[in-house]
Amino acid sequence: MTTGYQESFARFSAHQAAAAPAHVSELRRKGIERFAALGFPTTRNEDWHFTSVSPIAEHDFTMLVEASGDVRKTHIEQYLFCPNDWYALVFVNGRFAPELSTIAELPAGVTVMPLAKAYVDAPELVSRIGTQVDAETQAFSALNSAFMLDGSVVHIEKDVELTRPIHLVYVTDPHAAKGMTHPRNLIVSDANSRATVIESYVSVGSATYFTNAVTEVSVAQGATLHHYKIQRESARAFHVGTIQVEQARDSHYFSFSFATGAQLSRTNVYTLLAGEGCGATLNGLYMLDDAQHGDHQTLIVHREPNCYSRELYKGVLDAQSHGVFNGKVYVHPEAQKTDGKQTNKVLLLSERAQIDAKPQLEIFADDVKCTHGATVGQLDQVSLFYMKSRGVGNELARRLLTYAFAADVIETLEQPSVRDELEAITLARFNVAELPAGELAGAETVGA
Amino acid sequence: MSSSIDQLISKDYEHGFITDVETDTIPPGLDEDVIRVISGKKNEPAFMLEWRLKAYRRWLSMKEPRWPNVKYAPIDYQALSYYSAPKSVKQLQSLDEVDPELIRTYEKLGIPLLEQKRLSGVAVDAIFDSVSVGTTMREELSKVGVIFCSLGEALREHPELVEKYLGSVVPYSDNFFAALNSAVFSDGSFVYIPKGVRCPMDLSTYFRINAADTGQFERTLIVADEGSYVSYLEGCTAPKRSTNQLHAAVVELVALKGATIKYSTVQNWYAGDAEGVGGIYNFVTKRGKAAENAKISWTQVETGSAITWKYPSVILQGDNSVGEFYSVAVVNNHQQADTGTKMIHIGRNTKSNIVSKGISAGQGQNSYRGQVKVLAKAENARNYTQCDSMLVGNRCGAHTFPYIEVGNNTATVEHEASTSKIGEDQIFYLKQRGLSAEQAVSMIVSGFCKEVFKELPMEFALEAQQLLGITLEGSVG
Repeated sequence: MTTGYQESFARFSAHQAAAAPAHVSELRRKGIERFAALGFPTTRNEDWHFTSVSPIAEHDFTMLVEASGDVRKTHIEQYLFCPNDWYALVFVNGRFAPELSTIAELPAGVTVMPLAKAYVDAPELVSRIGTQVDAETQAFSALNSAFMLDGSVVHIEKDVELTRPIHLVYVTDPHAAKGMTHPRNLIVSDANSRATVIESYVSVGSATYFTNAVTEVSVAQGATLHHYKIQRESARAFHVGTIQVEQARDSHYFSFSFATGAQLSRTNVYTLLAGEGCGATLNGLYMLDDAQHGDHQTLIVHREPNCYSRELYKGVLDAQSHGVFNGKVYVHPEAQKTDGKQTNKVLLLSERAQIDAKPQLEIFADDVKCTHGATVGQLDQVSLFYMKSRGVGNELARRLLTYAFAADVIETLEQPSVRDELEAITLARFNVAELPAGELAGAETVGA
Repeated sequence: MSSSIDQLISKDYEHGFITDVETDTIPPGLDEDVIRVISGKKNEPAFMLEWRLKAYRRWLSMKEPRWPNVKYAPIDYQALSYYSAPKSVKQLQSLDEVDPELIRTYEKLGIPLLEQKRLSGVAVDAIFDSVSVGTTMREELSKVGVIFCSLGEALREHPELVEKYLGSVVPYSDNFFAALNSAVFSDGSFVYIPKGVRCPMDLSTYFRINAADTGQFERTLIVADEGSYVSYLEGCTAPKRSTNQLHAAVVELVALKGATIKYSTVQNWYAGDAEGVGGIYNFVTKRGKAAENAKISWTQVETGSAITWKYPSVILQGDNSVGEFYSVAVVNNHQQADTGTKMIHIGRNTKSNIVSKGISAGQGQNSYRGQVKVLAKAENARNYTQCDSMLVGNRCGAHTFPYIEVGNNTATVEHEASTSKIGEDQIFYLKQRGLSAEQAVSMIVSGFCKEVFKELPMEFALEAQQLLGITLEGSVG
């Protein structure tokens, strides 16, 4: 299964566009070595028990090395949130597209550049790549390391407060059909800095392709980072993404994962609370339809005392979609006074939708307060009845309640434009705005 | 923990004595001949030997599971003896013929076998190493048609029932330890409750491991026919020995239409000493199958064993069937427990309720591992799971691994878990009211476990409370 990738790797490393510093070449070499040894994970692997990646393994994806694609600003405007206000780094089919990006007027103390440029211009930052992510035992991270080519490097220097968000946009268009990209991102927040970074994975057209992203994040002492990942890949795409975070003392990391795309997606969010007094919030919303398979895996490791973690994931599953949530909180013996709370709620809208959830606690310290809760069900019949008794028709009541269920977690987003946009997407998804005529008439009659 | 906690000295395991009886033990080792010997010693029908051999051949192709969250040195299956029986046990006409040494053993354990001294209202099947030494109250039971005897006897007297139901819930190929058990099981209890009969008294099995270097592989089969009811209790102890002993049992419950089976366990196998030397490896497969309107309820208090690995489960096959699991698992010193349940919802309107309380002290590691699976056809399935862990001391661990798999949108599944330490402020409050630290902890722990204890039959509930106190002694002060 991996021989195709090894041959592909040989061609890739010989390609002139793949020129990179020795550190990167070494990571690539180790990556392919480990991937060849590990192979694709099977469902026998506990972390992949509910997600079979054989559809990915069976495809023969070609590595997209050279710039390709025909994407214009008008194609992607809908994905850019505030195109005029934010700093955006746009990639088309895995390669940086300067004509679509807006990073000209960055304030002092902020570096945002494509990885391929950083190989030459920011060797110090590049040397930090590969220090956090586990490419030894995780096959997809090893594969990403092997084919590391382009991506984003973001550096917020000490005490800098960045008010405008940085948006990293990965667009794939039909030219990438049967291709694969391995975006590699590095986000470094220095001490006491504050920033918002958004990663978007979107598609123009509906090609079949494979995105395998890795983002390494370090949040230094006292820094705050809001990091959102918005996955709206094409309905035929495969998406695997890993975010690995390390937090220092008194830092705060807020993560939000929004996933509606891809036929098969897997999102890993791992954070290590490596200093005292830090906090992590991992929230997310996944809404799946048709035969989509969406898997979220989170891991919060409490290594030091006096840290807190909060987690709220919600899923709305329709048609015969299959959702997976696997959240683990690990508390080391030294991590006393840990305060952890994890919640996972899933709404099954259709008879054939399916959810597998595995919320786990592993606790080795005694002076802790950790809880988790998980629920799976339909809309609350009592709420539904209440709304109907107030004159709201059945269908509208269902849509409103479904929207309310999902919007609850979107409201935890601090960035107003992202919050509004995601709320609008959710609203549109459940057609709440388009009130069926009969429903409204019914409401009026009862109201009068 | 604070200065006030960490000083009491562990009370000795009071069931740790060894009974000196002559035994008939076959030499260590396992092959097809050993299985033939076991089967031969028990005069089993031919189908049984065939079944054992199939299980053995299957076992050879299986691997010992490594996924439980427990650590132990590899077990040498060839170093164990697979059959040990007190020599004096033969076909007895009445319990009066039982070796007085054995009677004394059970008396010392608080289980009087002789009729005049028996526990009122409880029938007991006493199993000593590999064989059943006696079953009490059989006459009263037979009046209402209840069959309660050792599995060996059942094989001789009711082979058709055994053949029909043995392996129907836990097939011999189920897992590594179940396959091993199916190949070499020596004895166990058999219960059959006829249609519409409410068993007039609680039934109980008392397991005792005595011999050294033997494995104990007993098998319990309970069949409750349509509309019947039975409450069954299980207790276990073993002597203190410095080597680990393997206990791989299988329990199968068959609840036919409208039947109710209530199965309660107080597991107090020898847990090893404070340094973690010795103790029983308790690797058990327990499962029940509930037909339409049937109910299976598992209650367990797990205080003993060096390692516990068991998941009493319910297959909710019939419509409106109910599964329950109430568990208290306590680990102290170097004990490890990986326990929980599986609730498989197949029928419509099936309900399951899980309450699991884990207490970790010393360097104990306690894991809850549970699965709630709702299959696509299980309309209106309902599950509520609560698993709470309490940590006493700072070197122990508590872990939760729930698997929630839902394939039907009319299902409602709820899972809640919490982990916290025993409240220093609560201890302080109780001490300030005049209780000693130990009493305070015991009171807090009883409160923590109340929901489970109230499911136990009364005699057991008292025993369980005491056991809990003893197990936790030395962990606080």
